Amino acid sequence: MEAGPHSLSYRQNGVHVNQRGILLIKGENQLKPYVELAIGFARTGVTGYGGGPSTIPLIEFEAVQKYKWMTEEEFGEILALANTLPGPIATKMAAYIGYKVKGSLGATVAILAHILPSIVAMIGLLGVLYSFRKSPIVSGMVQGVTPVIGFMLLEMAYRFFQNGRKGLGLSKMVILSAVSLVFIQFLGVHPGILIAVFLIAAYLIADRKEKAASPETNVLLQRKEKSS
Amino acid sequence: MIYWHIFWSFFIANLLGYGGGPATIPLIQNEVVNHYHWMTVSKFGDILAIANALPGPIATKMGGFIGYQLAGIPGAIIALAATILPSALAVILLFKFVNLFKDSSKIKLMTKSVQPIIAILLAVMAYQFFLTAFEKSGVFHLLLLACISYFALIRLKIHPSLVIVCALFYGGIFLS
Repeated sequence: MEAGPHSLSYRQNGVHVNQRGILLIKGENQLKPYVELAIGFARTGVTGYGGGPSTIPLIEFEAVQKYKWMTEEEFGEILALANTLPGPIATKMAAYIGYKVKGSLGATVAILAHILPSIVAMIGLLGVLYSFRKSPIVSGMVQGVTPVIGFMLLEMAYRFFQNGRKGLGLSKMVILSAVSLVFIQFLGVHPGILIAVFLIAAYLIADRKEKAASPETNVLLQRKEKSS
Repeated sequence: MIYWHIFWSFFIANLLGYGGGPATIPLIQNEVVNHYHWMTVSKFGDILAIANALPGPIATKMGGFIGYQLAGIPGAIIALAATILPSALAVILLFKFVNLFKDSSKIKLMTKSVQPIIAILLAVMAYQFFLTAFEKSGVFHLLLLACISYFALIRLKIHPSLVIVCALFYGGIFLS
C-alpha cells in the first residue's frame, strides 16, 4: 500500500512530530487531541498486518510511549478487559482510548481513523478486480490465490488448535474439536448455538470450581483463627 | 429488509467471535454464504484474499466490503456499525466494572472453551478452498501452490501480501 513508506518515515521522524506537538500545546489548539487520535489510529490501521490482534503492539506504542494517553499498566488492564468481550479487538481498544481522551467524539474519531483507510483500499481494489471478472486472466489469478487462502486458513486453524491445547489440554481439545466437527459439519447445527452451549457450560464449570474452592479456604481460615 | 439482514448477520458473527477479528471470519462466512446465500464460497475466498493482503483489522474490512457489495454505501455503514458498535459500547460501559471482570476464572474458561469450535470452522473452510482449487486447477497446481505457501509463509516468513500478489501473477500466467 502507498501509505506504507509514508508511515515508516513518520516513525523515523518521531522526534520532529513530538516537537510539533509541543508547539501546538503552546498555541492551545483545541483540535489537537482529535488530530492526535486520528493520526495515531490511522497509522496503526495502515501498518498493522494480519488483522486486529497484530496491531495491538502498535497501538500500545502510540497510546503509551508517543502520545502518553495512559500508562503501560492501564493499557494492560484495558487489553485484558477487551479480550474478555467478543468482537474485533482493535476497534474495542480504539473505542476505549478515544473515549478516555475525548469522550464519544474522540471514540468515533479513533475508530474511523483506524478502519476507513483499509476499507476504502479494499473496495477500490476489488472493484477493479471484479470489473474484469470475465477476463480469463482474472479468473486464472483467482484460481492461483485459492490454494494460498486455503493454506492461510489451515495455518489459522492450527494456531487456534494450539491455543486450545495450551488452555484445555490435548485430550479435552481433541474431544471438543471432534464434537464440534460432528455437530457443525455432519448434523448442520448453527455454530452460534454450539458456541452458546460451550460458553454456558464453561461458565457453570468455573462457577462450581469457585464454589468448591471457597469452603476449603474458609475452613482453613477458621482453623488459623482457633489456633491463634 | 436487506439492511436488517446485513445488520443481523454481522452482529451475530461478531457477537460470537471470541478472540478478535480472525475468529469472526468463519462465522461471517457461515452467515454470508451458508445462511443468506449472498455469495459463493469462492467469491468469499477472493474477498478474504484481498482483505488478507491489505493492512488493518480484518473484521471491518470484510464487513465494509460485503456490506458495500450488497447495498452500496448504506450497506457498508450498517455492516460496520453491527461489527463495531456492540463491543465498542460494551468496553466503554464495562470499564466502570473493571475490577469485577479482570481476573475472572469464568471469563478465562469461557474464552478457552470456544477455541475448538473456531479451529474446526477454520479447518472446514480450508478444506473447502482446497477442494475448490482441486476441482478448478487440478492436483498439480494445488499441491505446488500449497507447498510454496507453506515455505514462503512459515519457513521464510515472507509477508502474506507479497505471497498473495505472487499467487495472483502465477494464476494470471499459468491458469488462465
